[in-house]
Amino acid sequence: MRPIRVLVAKPGLDGHDRGAKVVAAALRDAGMEVIYTGLHQTPEMIATAAIQEDVDVIGLSILSGAHMTLIPRVQALVKAQGRDDILITGGGIIPKEDVDTLQRGGVGKLFGPGTPTTDLIAYIKDWAREKQEA
Amino acid sequence: MTRLKSPAVDGVPDRDLIATVEEQSAELKLLRREVEEWRRKYGKGEVRDLAFTNSAKEVEAVYTALDAAETDAEALGMPGFYPYTRGIHPTGYRGRLWTMRQFAGFGSAKDTNERYKFLLAHGQTGLSVAFDFPTLMGYDSDHPRSEGEVGKCGVAISSLADMETLFDGIPLDEVSTSMTINGPAVILYCFYIAAAEKKGIDSRALRGTIQNDILKEYMAQHAWVYPIEPALRLIVDCFEWSAEHAPQWNTISISGYHIREAGATAAQELAFTLADGFTYVERGIARGLDVDSFAPRLSFFWDIHNDFFEEIAKLRAARRIWARHMRDRYGAKDPKSLIMRFHSQTAGVTLTAQQPMNNVVRVAYQAMAAVLGGTQSLHTNSMDETLALPTEESVQVALRTQQVLAFETGVPNVLDPLGGSFYVETLTTELEREAESLFEQIEEVGGVVRGLETGWLQRKIAESSARQQWEIEQHRRVIVGVNEFVTDEPELRIELLKISEETEREQRSRMAKMRAERDGELVEQRLKALRDAASTSENLMPYILDAARAYCTLYEIRAAMETVFGAYREPVFF
Repeated sequence: MRPIRVLVAKPGLDGHDRGAKVVAAALRDAGMEVIYTGLHQTPEMIATAAIQEDVDVIGLSILSGAHMTLIPRVQALVKAQGRDDILITGGGIIPKEDVDTLQRGGVGKLFGPGTPTTDLIAYIKDWAREKQEA
Repeated sequence: MTRLKSPAVDGVPDRDLIATVEEQSAELKLLRREVEEWRRKYGKGEVRDLAFTNSAKEVEAVYTALDAAETDAEALGMPGFYPYTRGIHPTGYRGRLWTMRQFAGFGSAKDTNERYKFLLAHGQTGLSVAFDFPTLMGYDSDHPRSEGEVGKCGVAISSLADMETLFDGIPLDEVSTSMTINGPAVILYCFYIAAAEKKGIDSRALRGTIQNDILKEYMAQHAWVYPIEPALRLIVDCFEWSAEHAPQWNTISISGYHIREAGATAAQELAFTLADGFTYVERGIARGLDVDSFAPRLSFFWDIHNDFFEEIAKLRAARRIWARHMRDRYGAKDPKSLIMRFHSQTAGVTLTAQQPMNNVVRVAYQAMAAVLGGTQSLHTNSMDETLALPTEESVQVALRTQQVLAFETGVPNVLDPLGGSFYVETLTTELEREAESLFEQIEEVGGVVRGLETGWLQRKIAESSARQQWEIEQHRRVIVGVNEFVTDEPELRIELLKISEETEREQRSRMAKMRAERDGELVEQRLKALRDAASTSENLMPYILDAARAYCTLYEIRAAMETVFGAYREPVFF
């Protein structure tokens, strides 16, 4: 079985990449193949990269408050390419009610500040195992 | 530390001096013995299973005069005197308290204008503008890249028209205004100057600060527009123009805040920020400017993190290093060029989403460290900032935290009250030494600009950040409510500020109206003049100001220069 491939992406204009970089390094150290997009990406750039790189998971990091615009757009673009099997997860400063709305729309777990990286690793690995078994 | 009497005129020491030296060496011997004995007995005593570290390394259990002995009188000085370790004002906070300056901005210019009036009415003494991400990156509110981001994390300002609304009814010759803007800083600065002109206020009467520190953007904060060299040119243009036209304006706020928030240690924050400062000074001198013509308007901005004494020592060391380098390395003569004036903000990165009320306590300790370190102005974070933009109520608690500190604790009554503390003096000297060693490393990699191009500086910060995360996950560092003292109780419900999508729609229609009403021909003319000037070595400030006056938008001005300068490309790694 090939390692889990993850695209860690920073959509929008905010420059806070400390979390994204810490997460990218932690996932890599946990044995996953990680691609990091760099800052200031449009949803189009992210969806294209995800498909070209054939990833299993997209991890979006947003600390600008634009999550209700950017996350559904990435989701729609990926889906339009027939790749709704890709897990879209992420984190940032996202109020609980917005998290609930996004998850109802089919987005995976969204993690808040202070989450141990072990939680994300476990979540992604569990998801991959379930997908494998299904 | 008693001071030696001066030798007699003929060079032969007098009796008093000999007696003093003998007494001192006896005292020193006694002290050494005492310390040795203490360390033997208790140095390895039973201690809790924790790392006793500050942001970077272990600290000793106790400090004595032996550790602090290297801090001589010259390194300390008196408050208001070189090398300003003990503060830049001879009267400290007795003369004037620090400026309580809460960073604020959200939604439209009108929404933020109301928040400013609220803050001024509650005793705040200076304004501080937080711009939204599109503005920080130089995009107009109606640019496609701005979608979903308008007014979310700050106020949207796309032209002189928005700036006029932002300061409606606020006397710009009486308040001082700080603007956190970097990539397109000169453009927003020109909007502000033009807004003041329309109220009949000359730029010479304006007081305030633009952050304008592009080097730390490439290093940590990441709101850049142009490549490094043209960006530095614009900053020097701003120094040069302001020396004549806006002599009370701080043309830059050289910022450690974002470097620290990105994960740097205290010593890295100190060294990288000062190295940025030296780079700007060198660029100004290279332009042919007299160092004393622009150095007095350089200001600084520090992050005040959790380790109480380390933060105080950092601020004291920063003043000393700046004064020494400015005098000895750059030949500054005006004392105003030697003093480091700075703003401080409590560390956003230390706030937790878990048990958010605890943040009030963190902020209070950090604020006290900033004041003990002699800050000129202070922003205290609000408890709900890891969840959303702060509400009016939580901003008020944050401001009251400063007022309690200023008026009830007695802390501001005495100048540099920790001066002479064995621990604080030792830490101050150690941080200075670490900074000097980092300056040497930066030189070895080819200076700040080269260090950014190769990613050396960014990597240093990322390494520290990863180490801190590891320490937290290993429980070597305790974060109350996050990795210890965790409660399963439901999250405290606090009311959050939400920015409606309506803000973006309204802002777009205001932009459309403004574009329709302005003199289109004049706009084209001014933008062309700016584009042409950008390809010469002329100072661009007058051209940008003319464009601002004609209601050219932020993005139009940005794009006019971008056709000549190009755009910055980030070196991507993790």
